[in-house]
Amino acid sequence: MGSPIIELAGVDKTFESRAGATEALRAISLAVDAGEFVAVIGPSGCGKSSLLRIVGDLVEPSAGAVRVKGKSARQARLDRDYGIVFQTPVLYEWRTVRENVQLPLELAGRPRVEREQRPRTLLRLVGLEEFAGHYPWQLSGGMQQRVSIARALALNPSILLMDEPFGALDEMTRERLNQELLQVCTETAATVLFVTHSIAEAVFLSTRIVVMSPRPGHIDRVVAVDLPHPRVDKTRALPRFFELVTTVRQSLREDPGLASGHVRPGESG
Amino acid sequence: MGRVREYAPAAVLVMGLLLWEGIVFAFSIEFYLLPAPHVIVQSLSETYPVLVEAGLYTFTEAVLGFVLGCGGGILAAMAASRSPAFAAVVLPYAVASASVPIIALAPLAIVWFGVEQGSKIAIVVLMTFFPTFVSTLRGLSSVTPQSLELMRSYAATEQQIFLKVRLPHSVPMMFTALRACATLAMIGAVVSEFFGGPVKSLGVYIKSTASLFQTRQAWSAILVACALGLLFYFAVVLIERLAMPWHFERSED
Repeated sequence: MGSPIIELAGVDKTFESRAGATEALRAISLAVDAGEFVAVIGPSGCGKSSLLRIVGDLVEPSAGAVRVKGKSARQARLDRDYGIVFQTPVLYEWRTVRENVQLPLELAGRPRVEREQRPRTLLRLVGLEEFAGHYPWQLSGGMQQRVSIARALALNPSILLMDEPFGALDEMTRERLNQELLQVCTETAATVLFVTHSIAEAVFLSTRIVVMSPRPGHIDRVVAVDLPHPRVDKTRALPRFFELVTTVRQSLREDPGLASGHVRPGESG
Repeated sequence: MGRVREYAPAAVLVMGLLLWEGIVFAFSIEFYLLPAPHVIVQSLSETYPVLVEAGLYTFTEAVLGFVLGCGGGILAAMAASRSPAFAAVVLPYAVASASVPIIALAPLAIVWFGVEQGSKIAIVVLMTFFPTFVSTLRGLSSVTPQSLELMRSYAATEQQIFLKVRLPHSVPMMFTALRACATLAMIGAVVSEFFGGPVKSLGVYIKSTASLFQTRQAWSAILVACALGLLFYFAVVLIERLAMPWHFERSED
């Protein structure tokens, strides 16, 4: 497999505030290989979003090392190796759909031809060609999120960071977008780090699932997802799909977060 | 339905004028107390060359004061937004200035800037600067953390963040202030003139005709002031629509 594209070693994160220090992450070590789709799942407050932000150099770790493509996370960000999708689409209301997708190309100072061609290609990829001239408010939540995915792909990033991108959508839309996302990822060959709180979504999408527990956030277990590719509607009906869902669910249930702060045996996984 | 809504305001105006006309005649009110609308219009047609000159004189003060005050407010807000610490210190004072009756400075402005247009422009500048400053600064600094994270993830420079996020984000709030300031500017200019100014200004014309019980002349000048105020306001609204196409397509379909 070669060297991992994302590598975290002993990462801690403590947030300082007036109320005191909160330990958000403790001893996170994780390696993600190129082309992997890694889902990070856990209850709210387990630091999964902080983990994603540390990888994307939006938050600095308090301790530990983050290497991305063999360089620092900061350098990777400056090299524009990331595409980010948040839970809300974060589209600029004063820009049309096309102009929103264009934004990263403008910021990177790409030539005019590319700035005009690329959004067209990307909007076709997410099935929103005919909405290029619309403003964000004219689109449904699911469509807006597709625009934000298209924008994340604009610079052809090697890493996609997705923070519960479909969390605010209804189940039907979410399942459809899951499938679309996989198609998009196959075409772009990006490595994906995907934060979610939906077990089914994590199993359906990923090659590995990182299960986290809170107080402080740490990795409980890593579940390899050995479902066949391509993942289609029928995948959700496979016995193996249910087994994996159950495995992940149990890992989350076993979590002693409500009990004391004791470290459980068999931590690494 | 749409038709009714379109014409309703005009109908209300016509009805109001008829009511005014009716009341004046029904109670035989003397014209020096309250002239009937047709008398005002008649007076307007007789004196309009004087009124147009006075109107332009006052309107110039309002527009110049508006441009300097609002322009200065926007620029100051841009500068202040660069330093959140500085902005936090000045913002409370700028907000508090809204409750200061700046027009009370009009007599002093005459001492400082002379009895001609300068003093009136100064008052309008003061009246329009702070509201524009406050609204624009709020607009520039109320960008969501996620918008900033997004820009950061693309390694955007501070200048890019300012031009592509903060500035466009502030435009709606900026125009809320500009619309209010268009009205304020006209009020400021006319009322400042009450404290002294050349005869060829609307404020002095209103004041002197009213004190001579030339009520119909005073009213026709007030009418001109209203018309100019509306013109100013709608000019700003028009610019707003051109500046924010994304905002207005909404109501059009």
